[in-house]
Amino acid sequence: MPSDTTAPETVLAVEDMHKRFGDIEVLRGISLEARTGDVVAILGSSGSGKSTFLRCLNFLETPSAGRIHVHGEEIRTRRDAAGMLRPASHGQLVRLRTRLGMVFQQFNLWPHMTVLNNLIEAPRRVRGLGRAEAIEKAEALLEKVGLAERRDYYPAHLSGGQQQRVAIARALAMDPDVILFDEPTSALDPELVGEVLAVIEALAEEGRTMLIVTHEIGFARDVSTRALFLHDGRVEEDGAPRDLFSNPASERLRKFLSRHLH
Amino acid sequence: MPDLHGFADQLLLGLWMTVRLALSALGIGLVLGLAGAAAMSAPLAPIRWIAHAYTTIIRGIPELLVVLLIYFGASVALMAMLRPFGYTDYIELSPFVAGSVALALTFGGYASEVFRGAFQAVPPGQSEAARALGMGRVAIFFRIVLPQGWRIALPGLGNLFLVLMKDTALVSVIGLEEIMRKAQFAVGATKEPFTFYLAAAVLYLGLTIVSMAALAWLERRANRGMPGVKAS
Repeated sequence: MPSDTTAPETVLAVEDMHKRFGDIEVLRGISLEARTGDVVAILGSSGSGKSTFLRCLNFLETPSAGRIHVHGEEIRTRRDAAGMLRPASHGQLVRLRTRLGMVFQQFNLWPHMTVLNNLIEAPRRVRGLGRAEAIEKAEALLEKVGLAERRDYYPAHLSGGQQQRVAIARALAMDPDVILFDEPTSALDPELVGEVLAVIEALAEEGRTMLIVTHEIGFARDVSTRALFLHDGRVEEDGAPRDLFSNPASERLRKFLSRHLH
Repeated sequence: MPDLHGFADQLLLGLWMTVRLALSALGIGLVLGLAGAAAMSAPLAPIRWIAHAYTTIIRGIPELLVVLLIYFGASVALMAMLRPFGYTDYIELSPFVAGSVALALTFGGYASEVFRGAFQAVPPGQSEAARALGMGRVAIFFRIVLPQGWRIALPGLGNLFLVLMKDTALVSVIGLEEIMRKAQFAVGATKEPFTFYLAAAVLYLGLTIVSMAALAWLERRANRGMPGVKAS
């Protein structure tokens, strides 16, 4: 948490990230710095590289170039046979992944486990929490996302919105410094989008640091502290959401906004 | 159970032997199947080739021949390996061990294909979520992929087990006293082939019915929490 309120600490710094899939360069040099409490909305048409960017941050994809720092600690990498960057140290990778929580478009809850077991699995196995402690924490988080009474349900018996709220609680259970949201409402029926956005908004109000890839322009404008617009693997615009959305500099962003605002 | 000219208890002993043989072959075969499935998606090409060669050979040879090849071949191989150490006696593998290994190899060859398909059917997002939380490969396999793949593999594995149980009859050719062998003894002594082969058939059918009930129970368990299935 910030000790100096005038200059919050930089939690996550990304320098010049590139990603190639064969001959296609999906990311062409993206840099980003997020400070404690930043809520960064990442927008862009499909194919602009926004999801790939998020997935490179925790090495679900291997970037082809770039550097990642978390709390000033650089993630050391080595090149694999395909020329992609892989974390050099497994221990550091695990540390990185516990610090960056991730929420997926398709929720990816584990269907063979109850809601509670989804929440305590990683804290117990990765962080070595005792069962009682993990359960206590999981229950508090379920309370927070409004699903305390669903703890013994299986994911298949929850609505999409409820599943995504459980997935958010699962990410929070690791006490991450940053939460990455990869289009968290894109797979939901329209009437379920609101409940998930409300949870994310509450996290923003708590001062959580978050990167949110989203198509919800209104939400990005109201909740984010900063917005990036990606096009063709590059940052086309970067600024305060109010300026960006009311006064887009680039023609592309103007077109994008007119397509996505109702 | 009728007395069957005093051979009823002999048949029951055979039944017990068949059950032991089937279960030990199942145990070894499941391990072989998992190892085969893992090897087929190994990063090193030679390991993949070995796995594919194994399933091809096993699926290409009649089970009866696998039993005979293991029983006689293993003796020859063991003797050849021990000769340099000055051990020249004739070694004979017990029919139970040879039979278990032969049936396990067969089961494992088919099961590795079943497991491979099942693991591939687990959506990649499942292990991605675990990776994103910092879980390691081994934990992801045993906690996330295996329990979900198991559910998909169960019907296929169940079929293989039913086949395995009937293949145990082949092990009678190398002298193991299971149901079939016991029935043959009784036929030789009483000259009533139909009676004893019918009795043997009833025993196999009984085993199949018990296995199917066990399988149904396992499937219900594995399906807990799955869409369209009531939580228990």
